[in-house]
Amino acid sequence: MEAVIFFLAAIGAIGGAIGVVAMQNPFYSVLALVAHLFSLAALFLLLTSAFVAAAQVVVYAGAVMVLYVFVVAYVGGGGEPVADPIHGQRFLGILVASILFVELSAAILSSALLALGTHGPDVPAGFGDPAAIGRLLLEKFLLPFEASSILLLIAAVGAIVLAQRKRESEPQEGVSGPA
Amino acid sequence: MSATSWAWLVLLFPLVGSIAIALGFRTLPSKAAGLIGTAAIGAAFICGIAALVCLLGEDPEARHHASSLWDYASVAGLNIRLGIYVDPLSVFMVLVVTGVSTLIHLYSYGYMQSDQGYHRFFSYLNFFVFSMLLLVLAGNFVLLIVGWAFVGFASYALISFWYRRKTATKAGMKAFVINVVGDIGLVLAAFLIFRELGTFEYEDVFAKAPQVFHTNEWTVVAICLLLLVGAFAKSAQLPFHTWLPDAMEGPTPVSSLIHAATMVTAGVYLIARTHTLFVLAPTAADIAAFVGLATLLVAGTIALVMTDLKRAIAYSTMSQIGYMIMGVSIGAYSAGMFHLMTHAFFKALLFMAAGSFISAMANKQNIDEMSGFGKAMRFTSITFVCGALALAAFPGTSGFFSKDEILAYAHARGGMYDIFQILGYFGALLTAIYTFRLVFRVLPGKPCKEAQELIDTGHLAHETPRNPASGEEEDTDVGFPGAEHHIAEQSPGMKIAMGVLAFLALFAGLVQVPGLDETITHFLDPVFADSPLAEIVPSVGASWAGLAIGAAISVVGIGIAYWLYILRPEMPAALIRRFGWLHTFLVNKWYFDELIDVLVVRPALAIGRFANRFFERFVVDGLVTGTEETVRGASSVAHRLQNGFVRSYALILIAGFAGLALYFLIVQS
Amino acid sequence: MNIEWYIVLSALLFAIGAVGILVRRSPMVILLCLELMLNAGNLALVAFSREVGNQQGQVFALVVMVIAACEVVVGLGLIVAIFRRKLPLNVDDLRELRG
Repeated sequence: MEAVIFFLAAIGAIGGAIGVVAMQNPFYSVLALVAHLFSLAALFLLLTSAFVAAAQVVVYAGAVMVLYVFVVAYVGGGGEPVADPIHGQRFLGILVASILFVELSAAILSSALLALGTHGPDVPAGFGDPAAIGRLLLEKFLLPFEASSILLLIAAVGAIVLAQRKRESEPQEGVSGPA
Repeated sequence: MSATSWAWLVLLFPLVGSIAIALGFRTLPSKAAGLIGTAAIGAAFICGIAALVCLLGEDPEARHHASSLWDYASVAGLNIRLGIYVDPLSVFMVLVVTGVSTLIHLYSYGYMQSDQGYHRFFSYLNFFVFSMLLLVLAGNFVLLIVGWAFVGFASYALISFWYRRKTATKAGMKAFVINVVGDIGLVLAAFLIFRELGTFEYEDVFAKAPQVFHTNEWTVVAICLLLLVGAFAKSAQLPFHTWLPDAMEGPTPVSSLIHAATMVTAGVYLIARTHTLFVLAPTAADIAAFVGLATLLVAGTIALVMTDLKRAIAYSTMSQIGYMIMGVSIGAYSAGMFHLMTHAFFKALLFMAAGSFISAMANKQNIDEMSGFGKAMRFTSITFVCGALALAAFPGTSGFFSKDEILAYAHARGGMYDIFQILGYFGALLTAIYTFRLVFRVLPGKPCKEAQELIDTGHLAHETPRNPASGEEEDTDVGFPGAEHHIAEQSPGMKIAMGVLAFLALFAGLVQVPGLDETITHFLDPVFADSPLAEIVPSVGASWAGLAIGAAISVVGIGIAYWLYILRPEMPAALIRRFGWLHTFLVNKWYFDELIDVLVVRPALAIGRFANRFFERFVVDGLVTGTEETVRGASSVAHRLQNGFVRSYALILIAGFAGLALYFLIVQS
Repeated sequence: MNIEWYIVLSALLFAIGAVGILVRRSPMVILLCLELMLNAGNLALVAFSREVGNQQGQVFALVVMVIAACEVVVGLGLIVAIFRRKLPLNVDDLRELRG
């Protein structure tokens, strides 16, 4: 049973990934990524990480992807010219990435970490529950928790500054229309 | 004050004089420059006398002192000092050099008066005297080389004194290049000496040499031959002599000081100083003697046909130095040095008188155009005759005693050395003939037009200034001779100098009369005491016999000249027609210049051209350009990586990461 | 399922994300591919966390998600700024930093 769900989720994830890379229209890429994220959430559930799965769906697919959708709608999405201006980039890119995948797989499959070949230890009932994660966050990992919230703040401020419209008095080049 | 302190002062005064005149060349009035220059050398002469007095007050065996001011380099077995060596030989040279130099400075004070480069002249002249004194007083081979090189430079600077004259600058370069060849020989000799004996100091070298070297061992012969290369280049002996006649492009006081009395005698001094080494290498000494003899004869024959007054006297110098070299090589050390001294007196005098004549001729030097000056310029003529008599070794003059002493010694040594005596007398005959040829061409007869002008009006003739060698017109601006000319009769400084020298030329021989007073030999004895050759002393009778023969030859020579130029003035032209080929050969100076051109100059130029066309272009340029191309190629490869595309940077990043992972995979397994 | 399946899947997703970055030219899509890679990392973290029996990996994955969110925010802000200045939205045309 578990294997079936795993393969379904895996195919969904891979399909979504390939969709992101291959689709010409950026909007379709975003949708493919959303599908990919849902598949990943399923995989997380299989790994008894309930909270992470939920966070994946709510935060990632729910908030971050919506942000993407907004921007794609604003910016629009054109196709890209077919030919690649950099000589050999396409071929080399695929080649190098395949080599990377092969190496990583070789590392994992032939590794001396015998534990990889197992299912993992039996875990207690509350493994991966929000309560357990929450306790960890506020007790052991309080500092990273607070630091990441400050990071979020900085990122938000930075984004606002970046996307700000230029004021009238400053000299501008290629200023956009009233937006 | 000790002798060495006086010797340091001797070095100091000319140096200070040279620098003072050079620094003040804009501010000092010209007379002051001349006075400072003369006074500096005069002071040096007085210090030389003081050193002499100090030396004479000591025991003859103890009359050698080395004194050092400063260590240049004391590392790893090398010990080079700024040190001088004071002994009878160096004091003798100091006195000759400073004495004659003082008189020449006095002469130049008047002679160079209208020249724009007056300050430069005296500065260079003082510097020259300083270098010569440094050479003579040096206590080790390194300082000798320093003095030697400085003298070469001073000679160059003074030959090319009228630097806008092309002939003068070419002559200066020729002299310098040939001198450098000699310098190489000297430096190599010094290196070999250091390698074999481990020291540069004179005292140590001459003490160790007899212990380290066997007679005629190839190292000591090589050292002596290299020293000879240096000596011959400096003293204008065959085959390095071609620069001396051309050096007459310099002003007459320069010719008189450098190319008669002092610089060209440096080679003689060198051989006398290193006589210990030459005693150990008789082969080299004999080679030197033969070269001296050959030069003597070759130069004598050329002087017979020279029509340029200064060049004729220059060949005479070359010939007389051949005598000196011959003398010190075969062992007649004090005789050779005595001849050096007397020659300095009468040769300087001859040049001074020649300068006076040339001034009267408005800077023309050809004796074909001169005649009748005996009436026009009495004082100059008398002094000229005094010098000529001494040069021709007329009985009683200084040249008489000195030249014949060398030849008597040659006879006393016997065996092969009799050749030197016989050919030496033949050379003396030639000397008498060519000397009085000059006298009888210039002095008697109907006055030429310049002489006539002098007699009639008392003013010097003036013409457009021309280069005497090429006839080009010149202006009298800086770098060319000045507008006015000065003759002895009108310039008291010149008169005094020439008068003193005439007196010395006539009577200085009386200090070394065989059997009577031999002061020079006794004075120089301690220096040469270690040489077995110095023990060969001709008997008084043999000396006087030699003097008698010499007197006869001298009178015969003067007689021949009289016959050819006074009694039968048409004879010389007839002789030239009859022996035309010989005349051409002699006028072209035995074709030595052409020989050197073919043997040395052309191959050197060809090598240079070859090096430029092939070696420079392919090897050197190839290396440099090749390196440049390689670097440029490598950098263009790197340049292509920096194309600004983020994606290619990302590709490199991920490829690197993959490579790293591969490395770790391999290492782990 | 053995854990190694999850890890290999994570490696595959990572490689696909890498290909996307190298091949696509639109900054939007490149950011999306970056998300792919980050999520592949997340998957690996959670898988290892399950295998070790420790929940720290999951906390790590949460923090990674936060960081991904920040990065997306800033990246999209950049894209909007580029669009506003009427510059071409093509990574190849933005190459002022060439050597």
